[in-house]
Amino acid sequence: MSYYLVILVGAVLVNNFVLSRFLGCCPFLGVSKKTETALGMSGAVVFVMTMAAAVTWCLDHWLLRPNDLGYIHTLAFILVIAALVQFIDIAMKRFAPPLHAALGIFLPLITTNCAVLGAAEINCKQGTGFFESVFFSFAAALGFGFALVVFSGMREKLAHANPPRCFRGIAVALVTGGLLSLAFMGFSGLVKLPY
Amino acid sequence: MATAILIIAGIGMVAAVALAVADRYLSVKEDPRIGMVTAELPGANCGGCGFAGCDGYARALVAGTAPNGACAAGGDAVAKAVAKILGVEAAATERRVALVRCCGTRSEAIRVGDYNGICDCNVAAMTAGGDKGCTYGCLGYGACANVCPKGAISVHDGLAKVDKRLCIGCGKCVRACPKHIIELVPASATIHVLCANPDKGPSVRKVCGVGCMGCHLCEKNSGGKEAGHFTFQGFLAKVNYDNPPTDGAIVAKCPAKCMVEDSHFESGH
Repeated sequence: MSYYLVILVGAVLVNNFVLSRFLGCCPFLGVSKKTETALGMSGAVVFVMTMAAAVTWCLDHWLLRPNDLGYIHTLAFILVIAALVQFIDIAMKRFAPPLHAALGIFLPLITTNCAVLGAAEINCKQGTGFFESVFFSFAAALGFGFALVVFSGMREKLAHANPPRCFRGIAVALVTGGLLSLAFMGFSGLVKLPY
Repeated sequence: MATAILIIAGIGMVAAVALAVADRYLSVKEDPRIGMVTAELPGANCGGCGFAGCDGYARALVAGTAPNGACAAGGDAVAKAVAKILGVEAAATERRVALVRCCGTRSEAIRVGDYNGICDCNVAAMTAGGDKGCTYGCLGYGACANVCPKGAISVHDGLAKVDKRLCIGCGKCVRACPKHIIELVPASATIHVLCANPDKGPSVRKVCGVGCMGCHLCEKNSGGKEAGHFTFQGFLAKVNYDNPPTDGAIVAKCPAKCMVEDSHFESGH
C-alpha cells in the first residue's frame, strides 16, 4: 500500500511529468487558457495514459521481449497507442456518448503525445509489473492534470494583468510555467523514489 | 531483423483490421441532415444562437429542440435554406444589428476621474463605476470591440461605434457591455435615440451635453402619443422598434441632439 502511495506522490509532486520531466509541454501551453478545458484535457490524458500503459505492458512482455526485440519498442508503442486511441474514440462515441462529448475533442490531440509515450517508455525501462506500470501511468497522468489545472488558474488571472507589450501572451505564460516548475523543485527529496 | 519487420507489420495489420471492423460495426449513424444544415449555416461559430458553434446549432435544429431563425448572422436566407432541408416553415427573421445607446464623446460627456488601469470596460466599471460622469454612458474601453467576431466595433473619441455593414447581430457585445447599453435593433430602422440615461433633464445636463432630457418633443413631432413611435422610461425617450419613426425631420428638432439618423452606424473610422 505504502509502495503505491510513494509512486503516487513521486509521480504527482516530485517527478511531475510536465514540471520536472518536461513531457507534454505542448498541451500544457496549448489548452491551459481556461480551467474548464484544462479539466477536460486532464480527464482525457488520465484515460489514455492508463489504457496505453496496460496495452504497452502486454505488448512489451508478451511479444517484444520473448522475441528479443526491445529495440523496436518505441515504434511498436506509437503504432499501438495511436490505433488504441482511435478505437476508443469510435467505441466511446457508440457506447458512452456523454463521455465522448466531454473528452472526445481532446482524444485525437493526445494520440501519441510525448507524455503518453514517455510513461510507456519509463515503464518499459524500469521493467515493473503490470499493476505497478498501470498505476504509475495513472499517477503520472494525475500529476500532468494537476499541473495543467494549476497553470490554467494562473493563466486566467494572468489574462487580466497588464505586462509589458513584448511579454504579452505566450511569453509571460512561459515565464510563469518556469516559475511553477521551480516551485515544484521544492518537492525533490520528499520521498525516496523507486523510480 | 525479419521478425522485427514481421511483428511491426503484424501489429499494423491487426490495428488496421480492428479499426476497420470498429468503423463498420460500431460507428454511430448520424442524421445526414446535420451535415447539410451545418453546410448552410455561416460557419462563423459566433455563438449568437446560444449554442456551441454552428455545428451545435445544426444538431439542435435537426433534433427539433431549437427554433429555426435563431441564426442572426445568416438571417432570412439561411433560415429558408434550413427550413427546406428540415421541411418546415421558416420563421421570418429580420436582420438585426447592434446599437450603442450613447453619444457622449470625450468633448460632450464629462469625465469625473482619471482612469489609467487595465483598458477594459468591465474592469473600469468595477473601479467605482468608471470614470465617466454619466453612470449610464459608454466607457469607451472597448470590451464590446474585443469580443466582436467581425471587428465591426471601433472605439473613437471614448465612444464605441458599430459598423452596420459588418455587424452580424450575434449579440456578444450586448452581453459584454457592463453598462448594458448595447442592444440589437432591426437593421432597417434608421432613427435612433443614442442615450440610456433615464434621469431628469438637469441631472443629465450636468454630466453630458448630448443626453436625453425626456422633453417628449420627438414624440410630439412624430404624430403624438397615438402614433406610438416612441416609448418613455423615466426621462428617457426610446425608439419603438416595432413601429419605428421614418420622418428624418424630427432628428434636427431634438433639443438634446441625442437623436441620429443612421449616420452613427456608417462609422467609417
